[in-house]
Parts: sequence; structure tokens; C-alpha cells
Amino acid sequence: MKTLIYLIIGIFFGIVMYKSEAASWFRIYEMFEFGAFHMYGIIGSALVIGVVGVQIIKRNKVKALGGQEMALKPKAMSVSRYIIGGILFGLGWALAGACPGPMYVLAGAGYASILIVIFGALLGTFVYGLLKNKLPH
Amino acid sequence: MEWIQNPWPWYVSGPLIALVMFVLLFVGKQFGMSSNLRTACSIGGAGQVSDFFKFDWKKERWNLIVVLGAAIGGFLASNFMSDNTVEINPEISEKLETYGIKSSGEAYLPTEIFSNESLSDPKIILILIVGGFLVGFGARYAGGCTSGHAISGLSNLQLPSLIAVIGFFIGGLVMINFIYPLIF
Repeated sequence: MKTLIYLIIGIFFGIVMYKSEAASWFRIYEMFEFGAFHMYGIIGSALVIGVVGVQIIKRNKVKALGGQEMALKPKAMSVSRYIIGGILFGLGWALAGACPGPMYVLAGAGYASILIVIFGALLGTFVYGLLKNKLPH
Repeated sequence: MEWIQNPWPWYVSGPLIALVMFVLLFVGKQFGMSSNLRTACSIGGAGQVSDFFKFDWKKERWNLIVVLGAAIGGFLASNFMSDNTVEINPEISEKLETYGIKSSGEAYLPTEIFSNESLSDPKIILILIVGGFLVGFGARYAGGCTSGHAISGLSNLQLPSLIAVIGFFIGGLVMINFIYPLIF
């Protein structure tokens, strides 16, 4: 039953990513060129609703299904890991024109080349795991 | 039924993404797409070489199901709900043409990079692998990607997420302004 819920959430997310064109390389390039409001509108409107909704959840101590805590733990503070990691991610996001969510969506849409990007992403994750203790965090 | 075929505007798409985040919160999970890459490494046995991959990945199976769904969603949307073209700002299209990318308005992804024929060019393969590598490495280093930081983290007013998102944009701007002219 739960599996079915996650599958439906995923299908819905995939359709939204594709139809919003957030999964399109062109839209990512256009965003970094500040060529249109589209991507900023998507992220911005999701955020306005997100911030208000999370505040409502926190103030009313809304619980998740089954009475468990909502997964809203604060993130550990640091500057170096977020800025260095963020810059590396941004370089890749603009080069491949896809972030992790859209990669899977594009694979489903039948773009074989995206499998190479996913392979690269797996490799990057693996190498991070190898180097983790040597990197500034 | 034209609204299904046309691209969905930002004021429809953004709220629907927020909805995905809230549904996941409601079932006790956190919206985040890149953690699947770590889970996949664990399943592949990467725990043997790094403790980073030693965790109970079975608990993360739900997220792999979401990924499977996302792929199915991509299949459905591209086959039944779209003409698979993306119109962008004409000025940006013109700029892309100077880089030799002339397929804007005619394709969903630039055929110059993503068509199967382009894979015969080693430079293109390198772009795809390096791009993916940076996304995977950077996402884990920063502890999240667009969904985890830019949507979930910022919604929860997390300063670390704001720093990460600023990093995303520094990286993206450096790539298209300084590195694109070198590689395209």
C-alpha cells in the first residue's frame, strides 16, 4: 500500500517536472542567463507555499501519518561544505542541464544519453564517499 | 484538453512541487532526490570501501520507488502529454546558436548534446560524464540538491540551504559565462 503511494507521488512528480519544463536543458540554461522568469517563478512559488506551510506545521505541531515527527530536522551548520559542494553542484547542473530529479524523469522519457549523466552522478557520489574524510566540511 | 499538451506555467508547476513536498512530509519523509545516488552506491556494494555507504539502505527503498515513479511520469508526459519542444526567450536561443546549439524551439533537450548520434563525439560524452560527476559529487558534499536544499531546506528557513543555493548559482553562472565559451 505504502509502495503504491510512493509510486504515485513519483509519477506525479515526474509529470510535473517534465510538463513544467524544469527537466529541459534549455530552461536551465535560460535560467542561468536570467533570460526568463519561468524557473524563478517555479522555485519561488513552491518556496512561498513551502515556507508558509512549514510554519503552519511547526506552530501547530502537526504530526505525520501514524503520529511520527515530520522530517524537518535542522541542518548542521557549516559554510565550507555548503559553499564548495554547492558550487561544484552548480557547475554540473549548468553543464549537464539537469539536476538529480529530472535525470530520472528524462531517463523515463527515453533519452539514452541521460544514462551517461546518471552514471557520472553515481561515480561522483562514489568518489565523494571515498574522499569524504579528507575534505573540509 | 489543450492545457495538457501545452507547457505548464510556473504558477501551476511551483505549487504542485510544494504539494509533492507536503505529501512526503505527511507520510514522514523528506523531499530529496540526490540521496538515491548514495543508496544506489550502497546497494552496489560501495560499503566495502567507504563507511559513507554503510547504512541500512532498505530503509531508503521508498525513495527508489519515488524515482521509479518519476521515470514512469517522464515516460507518460513525453509520450502522451507533450509535443516535446521547449520555447525559450528568442535572445537566449540566438546566443545558443553562436555556440552551435540550434535546436531550441524544436526539441526538449538540445539534439547537439543529447541525440544518440552526438554520442559518437568523445567531447559530448565527456561533457555528459563530467556534468553528472559534478552533480553527484557536489550534491553529496553539500548534503542535498535542488529538491533537498532549494525547496525543502529553504522552506524550513535553513541557513545552510541558503548557502548551498548561493553556491549552486555561483557554479552555474561560472559554467555558462566562463566555461561554455571554452567548450562550445
